[in-house]
Amino acid sequence: MSKVKQQKPLCVWNPKPLKRVKPTNKKRLREREKTNPFSFLGQLIPLAKTGLPLWMLGLAADRLRADMNRLLSFLFHQGILDEQFLQLQQLQDETSPNFVSEVVNIYFHESEKLLRNLRSLLMDREFSDYNKMGIHLNQFMGSSSSIGAKRIRNVCLAFRAASDQNNRAGCLSALEVLEHEYCFLKNKLHELFQIQQQRVLAAGVRYPMQH
Amino acid sequence: MRVERVISDENDSFPVGMRVLAVDDDPTCLLLLETLLTKCKYNVTTTSQAITALKMLRENKNKFDLVISDVHMPDMDGFKLLELVGLEMDLPVIMLSANGDTKLVMKGITHGACDYLLKPVRIEELQNIWQHVIRRKKFDRKDRDGSGSQDKPYIDSSEAAGLGNVDQNGKFNKKRKDQNEDEDEGRDENGHDNEDLSTQKKPRVVWSVELHRKFVAAVNQLGVEKAVPKKILELMNVENLTRENVSSHLQKFRLYLKRISCVANQQANMAAALGSVDSTHLRMGTMNGPGNFHTLAGPDQIHNAAFRSFQHSGVLRRLNTPAGVGISGLPSSGLVQLSPVQNLGNTSTYQRKLQSFVIPGNHNANILQGMPMSLEFDQLQNNRAASHVGQFPSVDNTTVLPVSSISGSLIDAGCSNSPLLGVTSNSLLLEGSSQLPTLHASNLRDSVSGFPNRSTLSDFTSIAPASNQLHGSKADIQDQAFPISCNAGKIISSAPQDWNAPKKDAPYQSNVPSCSINSLRAVNGDMAQLGQCLDQNNPIFNRNVGFDFVDPLSIKCSEGENLAMEPSVIEKEGYLMVQPSRQGIYIPDNEGENFAMEPSVIEKEGYLIVQPRRQGSYIPGNLGSLEDLASAMTKQDHDKGKPTDGDFGYNDYSLRTCI
Repeated sequence: MSKVKQQKPLCVWNPKPLKRVKPTNKKRLREREKTNPFSFLGQLIPLAKTGLPLWMLGLAADRLRADMNRLLSFLFHQGILDEQFLQLQQLQDETSPNFVSEVVNIYFHESEKLLRNLRSLLMDREFSDYNKMGIHLNQFMGSSSSIGAKRIRNVCLAFRAASDQNNRAGCLSALEVLEHEYCFLKNKLHELFQIQQQRVLAAGVRYPMQH
Repeated sequence: MRVERVISDENDSFPVGMRVLAVDDDPTCLLLLETLLTKCKYNVTTTSQAITALKMLRENKNKFDLVISDVHMPDMDGFKLLELVGLEMDLPVIMLSANGDTKLVMKGITHGACDYLLKPVRIEELQNIWQHVIRRKKFDRKDRDGSGSQDKPYIDSSEAAGLGNVDQNGKFNKKRKDQNEDEDEGRDENGHDNEDLSTQKKPRVVWSVELHRKFVAAVNQLGVEKAVPKKILELMNVENLTRENVSSHLQKFRLYLKRISCVANQQANMAAALGSVDSTHLRMGTMNGPGNFHTLAGPDQIHNAAFRSFQHSGVLRRLNTPAGVGISGLPSSGLVQLSPVQNLGNTSTYQRKLQSFVIPGNHNANILQGMPMSLEFDQLQNNRAASHVGQFPSVDNTTVLPVSSISGSLIDAGCSNSPLLGVTSNSLLLEGSSQLPTLHASNLRDSVSGFPNRSTLSDFTSIAPASNQLHGSKADIQDQAFPISCNAGKIISSAPQDWNAPKKDAPYQSNVPSCSINSLRAVNGDMAQLGQCLDQNNPIFNRNVGFDFVDPLSIKCSEGENLAMEPSVIEKEGYLMVQPSRQGIYIPDNEGENFAMEPSVIEKEGYLIVQPRRQGSYIPGNLGSLEDLASAMTKQDHDKGKPTDGDFGYNDYSLRTCI
């Protein structure tokens, strides 16, 4: 899935928010127990939503880390993210433990607004104000490059070039690519955050939960 | 010593805890910036509104050490904020933008930014921003110490020394340094209200509107060129204001004017100005090319009157008109700057005709960046000249009067950066870049060689536009200078046919080029006879190459023959007079023969920028000839036909009136 699926319709602007892992309650646990593959162990093994027993999440920490690394290296290798994203990660520490996801969520929020504005401007029949579009584009480009979204930034550059030449068709096609790239990035980053969330959970698990 | 102690104290822990104000409308970048700055151990305050930022800054001048601001903001332009902060609070401002276009960066610099960062901003870059604060403080203190106890001349030198160090627009500083040597202004480096670190106890002077108004009035009264902090202080008669305060404010004011004049040049102020009577033509600000000249040319009488009034008021008007110039607080400042120009114009008649804009070179184009180049020229023409010449500091830097830009705009010929204009303008217009002189020289050379006998007009026109951009970049000016010079040469060589306006007979044309060349030559100092034109032009240019353009006029004077007009003009004050002659002919006020030529040149549309020779080689005697020339030109214009621009009516009367 290295390529953005071109045939996919416009990406979902508001994908479902990251699932919050709810603590399992007894009722649910009992339900799960019926299909618990680990019942042979003879104990009531609480299962996490992922289907793994909680105690196994601890073991899965390595797997999660591997997943995360694989995803990150994929994103870097494909040029979707660049070292600016690494800087972001370095800024995350004990004092600001959720810094990256905070910034990225703000970025998503703003970018959707900007992309919507861009699209409505371009779709307008009497579109002529490239300057106004340029302002939105400039902000989008600035925030994308601050996040480390290299591919998006490059597409923005092409968009800007088309806009400088007052090439509306070029702008439209650039916008399309931009939207796809943005959707793709958003999905990937969501995935990344989910893995990180699970890692956090797994790190908290030392032994099976006793209910 | 106290200063040193303070500095050392600061250095001990200085970068830590430096108070930074970050302004950016993009919340992503703002949060990132805040986190990065906190990581660098600075004390960060953020806001997404420029207006809020200004409020915060105004309520307590000593609250922040540094401001980082985005360029594109919805409520206020980043450059405007930059200007205001620099003027009111004298804090170092760093611009931030996703767009690293050269023009934008240049704009940032001209508006006084300490630095221009590109997004994405990296922590390494932020780790070094404290240097701007230290630099400013250090030099401010040094100047203060050095100048506080000295009399003016001494201060000048010390300030000059300090000037070089000022971080704000280093080029300007250098220019000022040179200027200071000649000028008698005591300017502090970043004067009194530099940001004080929390460790300093100096009270910051708040330049309120009232205070600033007084300041501007005082400067106007004294004349921009002659405005010296001491005298300004006396005139202002305000308590608790020190000379250092005034001098640093004056420095900023000049910068501001320079920037404005550049901006004004670009706008079609000139064109508009000419059209409307005094005020309009005062507005020389934008030279949109030949059209501008017309406006400038305006009715002779008007111009005359205008010019007269220009002397100080004219300046005011012009300044007011330059649109877009962030003059918002300093309308008068622009004017003030102009007034000195008046002195330049020895050849009053010349002024009219030439519509030349004498741009006080010394002010490092602070005055007229955009503006009133015409004003300045007028003033030049009015000729006070001689006195001003002295005021222009080293030619190379400050004389870059926006004139060149004016001429450039006027000329708007295809020629790239008409060297002619550039030449003169370089010295004048160049925003005080010390490199100007060298550039000029090189430009001239290049341009000279570059311009084969082509239609000079085009050359001139190119000059004009080139000059317009001068404000933007020194290089432009220089380039322009060349074209101008080249044009001059070309004009001479190429014969008037090239000229848009029906060039008169060859003699004129040769004259014209020579005239233009004169102007250039003035820069170059090669006052070869106009008649000789080509060969002369070339040598002239070559010779000029060596000159700092600053003294095109002066150079001319030496030549005498051609430049009767120019030298005087040049000498005036190092202002480049851009003669509105359509052809961009420089209308030196030298001997009449030149005039004959000049007019044709003038018709072309070039403004010749006469640079008041700063160096003092000013030869004021020639003014009379300039007038003649101007008149001759106008006459020729009539004969030849209408100036290409159409309403260059001024040619006719300008010449006449000048004479």
